[in-house]
Amino acid sequence: MISPFQPTPQGRRRALTSKAFGVLCFSAGLIAVASLVTLLVSLLIDGLPGVSWTFLTNSRSAFADRAGILESLAGSALLLVLTAAVVVPVGIAAAVYLEEFVTKRNRLTELIEVNIANLSGVPSIVYGMLGLAVFVLALNLGRTVLAGALTLGLLVLPMVILVSREALKAVPQSYRDGSLAVGASRWKVIWTMVLPNAFPGILTGIILSLSRAVGETAPLIVVGAATLVTGMPTLDSNYTALPITIFSWATHPKRDFQELSASGIVVIMAFLLIVNGLAIALRARQESRLRA
Amino acid sequence: MSAIPSTIFRGDKRPVERAVKGFAFLCALVSVLTTAGIFIILMGEASTLFAKVSLWDFLTGTEWAPNANPPKFGVLPLVNGTLLITLGSALISLPLGLLTAIYLSEYAPPKARKIIKPALELLAGVPTVVYGYFALMALTPFMQDVLKLDIDAYNALSGAIVVGIMTLPLVSSLCEDAISSVPKALREGAYGLGATRVEVIVKVVLPAALSGISAGFILAISRAVGETMAVTLAAGQSPNLSFNFGESALTMTAFIVQMSKGDVARGTDAYQSIFAVGAALFIITLALNLLAQALVKKFRKVYA
Repeated sequence: MISPFQPTPQGRRRALTSKAFGVLCFSAGLIAVASLVTLLVSLLIDGLPGVSWTFLTNSRSAFADRAGILESLAGSALLLVLTAAVVVPVGIAAAVYLEEFVTKRNRLTELIEVNIANLSGVPSIVYGMLGLAVFVLALNLGRTVLAGALTLGLLVLPMVILVSREALKAVPQSYRDGSLAVGASRWKVIWTMVLPNAFPGILTGIILSLSRAVGETAPLIVVGAATLVTGMPTLDSNYTALPITIFSWATHPKRDFQELSASGIVVIMAFLLIVNGLAIALRARQESRLRA
Repeated sequence: MSAIPSTIFRGDKRPVERAVKGFAFLCALVSVLTTAGIFIILMGEASTLFAKVSLWDFLTGTEWAPNANPPKFGVLPLVNGTLLITLGSALISLPLGLLTAIYLSEYAPPKARKIIKPALELLAGVPTVVYGYFALMALTPFMQDVLKLDIDAYNALSGAIVVGIMTLPLVSSLCEDAISSVPKALREGAYGLGATRVEVIVKVVLPAALSGISAGFILAISRAVGETMAVTLAAGQSPNLSFNFGESALTMTAFIVQMSKGDVARGTDAYQSIFAVGAALFIITLALNLLAQALVKKFRKVYA
């Protein structure tokens, strides 16, 4: 018996095209995964042998076998702490203003929102130039950690505001109504109900934003993170940071130093993976809690 | 905006309430000040350079040598470098990102999604200096030794490839958002008329998501224009007007890095020239971002 649904040659061609397109799309996804694997494997091969306790705790040296990243780690840690100190209060307050205090959109709030959206698209090196002109030269901070941290703070501020707003939006409206009904003032509602409930979400967002700051290199070069430093960084001394060291070693003419660069990359990538994993776990916990 | 309407609260006039609101407002204003600061500083320093070098010479000059005597400030070689990297990376990130997005939203079983989505997130989180190292130490030697390509140690090709990989996650996530917000009814209507999957995607879903997809494309291009460390490491630092992927190319961003590495003294032509290049960079990316935002707005209006 001939099936009434016998495909015509044209139908067969259409089905085949459809299948082929599916395979094409799948291969594109595969390329994304393959590039990640290639990237990680090649970095591990180059860099892992050089990662050791002495590599982490030795100072910089003109000899590759003795060179370490102690000052770079200290510089990056100091930058991270100072950036967080600047951007966390300002970012959360800005988000609170836009989500909780603005009762009616007007031209000014619109301007602020458009600004935040645009700032997140400004190339990071442009922030470096802003930092150079304002913090390093005009405010006379010089090429110090503080100038670097303020620059990185401005760089990640739009992202912090964005994620904090999302977290505030996720707090159920009934929480606000409840506190209001028992006579809390607006600020009381924010401080005792909204912020504590938004906290895990805000924290996740801040961790992700700050981990971006850790890997930033270009703006730090412009605001004058040095490649050669004499000692551990203080607030008003010259300083270096891990990505800067990675960059300068990668351009070093000697192969030994280039391998050290890969070791530095392994360290920074391990740190970022751990921190991002933490943030994602936190987010998952929060999501299951809000659903419950 | 989840704020409680203002009419409910009389306590808003209390000093504490006012102080907190004022502080929060100032913090929100920082973003406006940042934009204003960028604008004033870039334009200010650039205009002092243009008092000495005419804007026309800057925009049409074919030689870039700010440290030469006499210095030459023709920005075209830098624009050429940026164009090479941007075009090359777009050839990789746009098609691959779009196809990945289509796969994720229309084809992928949950298991595949569980592998591909985190991989993309990780790719997006890798610091750009790492991509630069990869291009310089792994990709270029691979293309020279295994693929036998005739390219220099510093070349635009490897820079374009890594920037393409770097911006792929951005394209795929924005395109996926656009594609998945196309109403199901449109797809089902097409399937009901007997269309195959590829016909539904190409003739119904993609046209419907077009403005969202183009916004994603434009943002990826803007990212590539502003990308710095990967291209500095991969493509090297010699200004070049020839449109050749095998040679070194100095992009606008890489020039800023090159100049800032040395301690540039304030007020010199060289110092002002990095701001002039920065201003050009800022204007290009701002225009692209505004265009993308307008497209997204249009897209939202259709499917809100």
